[in-house]
Amino acid sequence: MESVLELREVSKHYPTHRAVDGVSLSIERGALYGLLGPSGCGKTTTLRLVAGFDSPTAGDILLNGSSLVSLKPYERNVNTVFQSYALFPHMTVRGNIEFGLKQRKAPVNDLDARVQRVVDLVQLTGKELRMPAELSGGEKQRVALARSLVLAPEVLLLDEPLSALDPNLRKQVRSELKALQRRTGITFVIVTHDQEEALSMCDRIAVMHQGKVEQIGSPEDIYLRPRTRFVAEFLGAMNWFKDIGVRPESTRVAKTGTVPAVVESSMFLGNCVQVRARTADGVSLVAEIPREENHFKPGDSVGLSWNPADEMRFPQEVN
Amino acid sequence: MKRHALGMYAVLIYAFLHVPLLVLAVFSFNSSKFTVWRGFSLEWYRTAFRDSALVEASINSLIIALVASLLATVAGTVCAYGLWKRSAPVLSESLYLSLVTPEIVTGISLLALFQWMFRFLRIQLGMHTVILAHVAFSLAYVVIVVMARLRTFDPSLEEAAMDLGATEWQAFRRVTLPSILPGVIAAGLLAFTVSIDDYVITSMVAGVDSETLPMVIFQMARRGVSPVVNAISTIIVVVLGGLVLVSERIQR
Amino acid sequence: MQRLRALFLAPARAVNLFLFIAPMAIVLAYSLLSRGIYGGVERPWTLESYGRLFDPLYGGILLRSFWISGLSTLVCLVLGFPMAMFIARSGARRNLYLNLVILPFWTSFLVRTYAWMFLLRDTGLINTFLQWTGVIHEPLPLLYNDGAVILGLVYGYLPFMVLPLYTTLEKLDKSLLEASADLGAKPWVTLTRVVIPLSAPGIRAGSILVFITCLGAYLTPDLLGGSKTVMIGNVIQNQFTSARDWPFGAAASLALMALVMVLLIVILRRDKEQLL
Repeated sequence: MESVLELREVSKHYPTHRAVDGVSLSIERGALYGLLGPSGCGKTTTLRLVAGFDSPTAGDILLNGSSLVSLKPYERNVNTVFQSYALFPHMTVRGNIEFGLKQRKAPVNDLDARVQRVVDLVQLTGKELRMPAELSGGEKQRVALARSLVLAPEVLLLDEPLSALDPNLRKQVRSELKALQRRTGITFVIVTHDQEEALSMCDRIAVMHQGKVEQIGSPEDIYLRPRTRFVAEFLGAMNWFKDIGVRPESTRVAKTGTVPAVVESSMFLGNCVQVRARTADGVSLVAEIPREENHFKPGDSVGLSWNPADEMRFPQEVN
Repeated sequence: MKRHALGMYAVLIYAFLHVPLLVLAVFSFNSSKFTVWRGFSLEWYRTAFRDSALVEASINSLIIALVASLLATVAGTVCAYGLWKRSAPVLSESLYLSLVTPEIVTGISLLALFQWMFRFLRIQLGMHTVILAHVAFSLAYVVIVVMARLRTFDPSLEEAAMDLGATEWQAFRRVTLPSILPGVIAAGLLAFTVSIDDYVITSMVAGVDSETLPMVIFQMARRGVSPVVNAISTIIVVVLGGLVLVSERIQR
Repeated sequence: MQRLRALFLAPARAVNLFLFIAPMAIVLAYSLLSRGIYGGVERPWTLESYGRLFDPLYGGILLRSFWISGLSTLVCLVLGFPMAMFIARSGARRNLYLNLVILPFWTSFLVRTYAWMFLLRDTGLINTFLQWTGVIHEPLPLLYNDGAVILGLVYGYLPFMVLPLYTTLEKLDKSLLEASADLGAKPWVTLTRVVIPLSAPGIRAGSILVFITCLGAYLTPDLLGGSKTVMIGNVIQNQFTSARDWPFGAAASLALMALVMVLLIVILRRDKEQLL
């Protein structure tokens, strides 16, 4: 298990708040790693610390074992794909992609070959002479990717890569990005607030909240075995029965069951039926049941139950 | 109905703004010296070009404007960039102050400076003092125009450049500067225009051998109306107006 | 990075220091010295020049400057507001209309002032035309008076008023006007009770800009006002040429500067138009 990027107790404190607070994590070489959390949780700040646009107030960042912290952004072998892509508007696609190589004064033949290879890799062949203004959102992203990948960085950082795209494009780009990462073998670190994105793309995810890392694990780990209430609720909807949490898709509805409730609404969503019910204590619960069981009506008295294996227990937490 | 009335009103105001200049131009082609139209003639233009004092003053004005606008544009552009990266309130306020200072006050203050420099450094009034004065008062204009352009520039482009290996200076030179260039050129043209036209400040700090075009025109106008002044005025308006139009086009 | 930025600011700082701050300091020093025999300044240090500012002669000139500037500002406001409204409503062509107002301003102030000499003098176009049509038999003394100066100032600085007004009007939320109409207000009422109050920042900015510029006017009163209309600017300029009373000129300049700054702070304190 080779760690290519390591953060040790990294903090970024501002006078008014702590954007990043004692974050430690270790990213394996060749992984597609995700930093997941709501806006303001510190994930973008963490990314910027790794890229070098800000410096940490405490802690260390190590790339292949050596500290990055004293290096400027242009001295680090780490590249960033910006949320807005930040393509240079006065240069062609080719000009943008060549930029980093030209800075390094790479020999011309080598440069041309490398640029062509990465252009083909992101499927922009034939569009090298276009200007950024003439490109679609997806094409712009590919230029941004190509521009960074051509430099063969140790780690590629992606800031909310899918947020600027059309919603219908996102699923497609998700799988394209994952395929690209596999093919190049470069370690990707993705920052996102969308848990579906993180779960579907990443090998490993660090869930962040208020500057701290709440949990690190595989997608399955954090979804099925969340360690804090926050992680549980951020990753998906939750039904709470005092200290016990159960996901709606694990909740069953029948005439009788563990928790008695009265049906408030029942909606056929196509792939499942979503039943909302209210307990005697006034707690509102949601159950997602197989589509064949579409026979509950508002006002019905029912019982909700679940498999104990699907329980998530959280002892009383201090906020 | 309101729209129509407003439109007609606008026409009146536009007429108010533009007709006086048009009238000047029309009568610059009048063959008669008086304000009665006698026939088309280019005589006054010929007289203007033959007036050696006028020609010399024009050349002086051009040289001064070119040098001063160049210096002001360079200094102002890098200043705007510096301020854009992080504000420097003292400098900003001072520049703003120099902008709202009445021209006559700027003029006499610079005269006082140059007088002092004469007493202690033996530096006379001349083209160089005029150029310095022009740089002084056009600097703030350049900063404003370039700042306005910088506000539309995406800072993450510079970060992207640095991310890809460019130093701060390289990022400025290869990414930021090309992007704001239209604004810089517009600022330069503005500084040029302001410099060519200045009378008040220039008249106070110019030496005997560094008369500028506005100074000559002013003296001629003081003596009374003359069609030669009409002719020169028309030329000036056309040239400067053209420059302003070019500047607008560039900023598009 | 900080070194680079300091380098970038250096030229402007130098220009500002040597060509603005230093001269002003010298002017301050001059204002506290005495008039030299052959012009210029010499010791002793004295506050005499500032005392002379209160001479009734200069009081009259100050008042006249205020009166002319104030009236010019008012006329600019009255003429400029409908103009700004027109441009703000003109939709796609608004840049064109705006440029048509600004363009003459950037040509030559001297020429534009001269144009009014050409039009207003006794043998000028207006008088010639009126006599030719038989409306009058003797030329009207249109030039060399306060009115001509005000006309010249309005002509010169109208764009200074239109621009800030336009900016404010353009930002006005159109739905407020619709709401006003929806609640039963006729166009005139909407104008006076919604539009004008909401354009107050623009009115303030434009007015202060025009007023301050008029206050320091030199060219216009000199060319269009003749010997009758003397404003502060002319007085100051005079001290450094024929009158040879530099300390007094310096004191008057600083007084003018102080006046301008006080006006700016008082009126714009609320708006803080960040130009730079």
